[in-house]
Amino acid sequence: MIPLSHYLFLGAVLFCISVAGVFINRKNLIVLLMSIELMLLAVNMNFIAFSTYYGDVAGQLFVFFILTVAAAESAIGLAIIVALFRNRSTINVGEIDSMKG
Amino acid sequence: MITKPLLLTIALAPLLGAIIAGLFGRKIGRAGAHWVTILGVATSCVLSFWVLKLLVLDGAASFNEDVYTWFEVGRVSAHVGFLVDRLTAVMMVVVTFVSLMVHVYTIGYMAEDPGYQRFFSYIALFTFSMLMLVMSNNFLQLFFGWEAVGLVSYLLIGFWFKRPSAIFANMKAFLVNRVGDFGFLLGICGVLYWLGTLDYATAFANSSELTSHTIELWGGHAWNAATFVCIALFIGAMGKSAQVPLHVWLPDSMEGPTPISALIHAATMVTAGIFMVARMSPLFELSETALTFVLVIGATTALFTGLIGIVQNDIKRVVAYSTLSQLGYMTVALGVSAYSAAIFHLMTHAFFKALLFLGAGSVIIAMHHEQDMRYMGGLRKRMPITYWTGLIGTLALVGTPFFSGFYSKDAIIEAVGESHRAGSGYAYFCVLAGVFVTALYSFRLLYLTFHGKERYVVEGHHHDDAHADDHHDDAHHAHEPGHLEHAPHESPLVVTVPLVLLAIPSALIGFFTVGPMLFGKFFEGAIFVSERNDVLGEMAHEFHGPVAFALHGFTALPFWLALGGFATATVFWLLKPSLADVAARVFAPIRKVLERKYGFDELYQALFARGSVLLGRGLWRAGDVAVIDNGVVNGSATLVDRLSGIVRRVQTGFLYHYAFLMIVGLIALLGVFVLTR
Amino acid sequence: MTINLLAFYAFAAAMIGAAIGVITMRNPVHSVLLLVLAFFSSACLWLLAHAEFLAIALILVYVGAVMVLFLFVVMMLDIKIAPLREGFARYLPVGIVVAAIMLFEMLTLIGLRRFSTVPPVADAALAAGLSNTEWLGRALFRDYLLPFEIAAMVLTVAIIAAVALTLRNRSNTRKQDPSKQVLVRKEDRLRVVQMPVSGKEPRA
Repeated sequence: MIPLSHYLFLGAVLFCISVAGVFINRKNLIVLLMSIELMLLAVNMNFIAFSTYYGDVAGQLFVFFILTVAAAESAIGLAIIVALFRNRSTINVGEIDSMKG
Repeated sequence: MITKPLLLTIALAPLLGAIIAGLFGRKIGRAGAHWVTILGVATSCVLSFWVLKLLVLDGAASFNEDVYTWFEVGRVSAHVGFLVDRLTAVMMVVVTFVSLMVHVYTIGYMAEDPGYQRFFSYIALFTFSMLMLVMSNNFLQLFFGWEAVGLVSYLLIGFWFKRPSAIFANMKAFLVNRVGDFGFLLGICGVLYWLGTLDYATAFANSSELTSHTIELWGGHAWNAATFVCIALFIGAMGKSAQVPLHVWLPDSMEGPTPISALIHAATMVTAGIFMVARMSPLFELSETALTFVLVIGATTALFTGLIGIVQNDIKRVVAYSTLSQLGYMTVALGVSAYSAAIFHLMTHAFFKALLFLGAGSVIIAMHHEQDMRYMGGLRKRMPITYWTGLIGTLALVGTPFFSGFYSKDAIIEAVGESHRAGSGYAYFCVLAGVFVTALYSFRLLYLTFHGKERYVVEGHHHDDAHADDHHDDAHHAHEPGHLEHAPHESPLVVTVPLVLLAIPSALIGFFTVGPMLFGKFFEGAIFVSERNDVLGEMAHEFHGPVAFALHGFTALPFWLALGGFATATVFWLLKPSLADVAARVFAPIRKVLERKYGFDELYQALFARGSVLLGRGLWRAGDVAVIDNGVVNGSATLVDRLSGIVRRVQTGFLYHYAFLMIVGLIALLGVFVLTR
Repeated sequence: MTINLLAFYAFAAAMIGAAIGVITMRNPVHSVLLLVLAFFSSACLWLLAHAEFLAIALILVYVGAVMVLFLFVVMMLDIKIAPLREGFARYLPVGIVVAAIMLFEMLTLIGLRRFSTVPPVADAALAAGLSNTEWLGRALFRDYLLPFEIAAMVLTVAIIAAVALTLRNRSNTRKQDPSKQVLVRKEDRLRVVQMPVSGKEPRA
């Protein structure tokens, strides 16, 4: 049987990789979005592991809802990117600063 | 049997009239306005007489019940309630009767005034307020009535609100009364604090508790709580009843229409203070110091305001100073614990002073709103009814035996003579000298107005049309003083009938009521006098009926003093007017002091009015502009502006900056957890 | 059990590798494809953890729909990659340091050693005599019905929002406006004209 700690370690590593991804791909909006998907995956990993190891259905149900929300989020995020690209012809975050104070 | 509905009707009938005349004045018209208010007041008047009859003749028990509970907080409760005993009933009758007379009279006096309905609404409202004041069974309702009559007084003094002098006068009355009301409120608070109740009956029953408390004011001197409460309450009375040094508003209040001067500033409202002290007699009896204070203030007012009356030329102002002086007499009576005498004088004075005021008003109507006596004279033949009723009023005022004023005033003077209270010597001198002064200015008024040569000019009708609308407008002084468009003639019936109706009690009421009211047990249960202070009780031993009292009056000092005043006035202003001028020159310095009214006005103007203006300007500059405007309001805006100027740099608009900060925050948070694990 | 463990290590390695690839690839298309791989590996790991339903759902919903959407967008947009990559090398050490710090903190907080010996309880679904799907389904439709409905609403709103954001009105297309069609009244189209009855000859 696979120990619980393996899953937790895997989740932590995945999360840190995606954090690094946010840092190094700071200008590419699509990769930023993908990094966020990876973060959610890392979180789901933990939920599933705990749910299985403690025999509690709530963890898996939570993953279910996270998947739902993540799907909605990426759909809207991609729609925003499309709309943005149509108007500005770029998705370079470095050029998008019209919201500054 | 006095019932709640009966008393409610008495109190609310004038209010109903006031509301209808005030709110629907335009719809119901002039006649409607005076009918509806007169009906309301007449109802009250008739029922008040009925109540008095029930109490006095049928021996009904006095009524003391709460009608409505306003609120209850902790153990303090505020009620609207009525306490109707004989004291209240006398006041109710006086108030409603004089008010009714004034209502009728007003039909004539204000006939062409544009504010006719408003005026009726105000005086009916006044009647309601005054009734609430006198019928109250607790301090809070007393205060309500107190302030309500003050408000109506304010409104009516400034009735001709286009005149700057009227606005000045009503402002002055209001402000001076605030000083008194502050004391009054302190007194009520004291009662609540020490006795824990606002109800008269409960407070009076436990009043002796007051003497066991003390209060430290300035200088660490411990004051007896009873003294403190009584003096504070009396300061309220000083404001309302215009005692020195808070008397300055009353002469100026003559800016109001004459019916108001008669009703509010002579007969009823100004006597509220006297009534209040009489009502509070169980409290005042506890403090010798407070009564001495009352006595000295009253005596000072009685003499020194009377003196000013001698040099006044405005007919209404002479009567106003006379009122001040008479209020002083009443206060003196209170000061020597002769509360019944004060109320008695209050009642007789209400009748004859209202009569004098309305008489003066009648003269003013005839003179086309000229009030300066120097331009009158010789009106006796032209206005017989006004003259004769005025004469009756004057005789009553100066204390001619058998007239009502004689009984009340002589009783006061004798009571002062009997009293052994500190300050009664000074008071005795003042009231005696006051008799002389009263006679002097009263007959001066009578002579200058009704006797002697006519000092006005009738200009005839040649420019009558141009001024047809103007001659009732008091603000109009375009014509020369003393120049009239028509010859003066007797006033209409609505004016003379009230004069006659007031003249009857002015002459007779003292004769019939002196026995029971002063020396009988009329006010038993309503007014409390402790054994050692009971000067009237001592005088009662020598009282053998009103006739004997009057006959004895002929031999007493006051009568001769009054006669002296009469004689002096006759010589100076009737027989040898040139002598008056000589006297004026000889006594020029005194005359000057009197004409400046001892400089009270100037003093207050310089000290309080200018002082508060300076204070206000200082607060405006330092407090309002510097602290509030520039500091708090604009300062906070500037602060937010500057701060946000700095903070806005954080918001770069770059997505990765935000992401970076979020991650840094996350790391920091994790770090905190790691370190505190 | 070693087979399971071996499979876990294999899929874990694939997933880590794919995740690193996602964030470092030059071409976004490659990134998306590697993301698909990461999701796929992760689904396999979930299968190992007896979460069969979610594993399949992840593949069907994520890999099948969302990732395809990603791919679609990436291919549809004509992205110039060069400016997006600037500063990549400069920020790489920073990213690694931050990630390392965070990993250290997380692992310290979790305390892996505590969980290495946690004995797994018996599979709850099997214990109840149910399949994983039925086990989840019963909980979902009985205890979590309202959140489920809300999730459905969220998805619906997301669809509408995505459509609204990307909808374009082209001016050169001819199309009907149904609301205007419905609001047409008879008076707008039809006019009844009074005509004189013929019979009299009009005068020349």
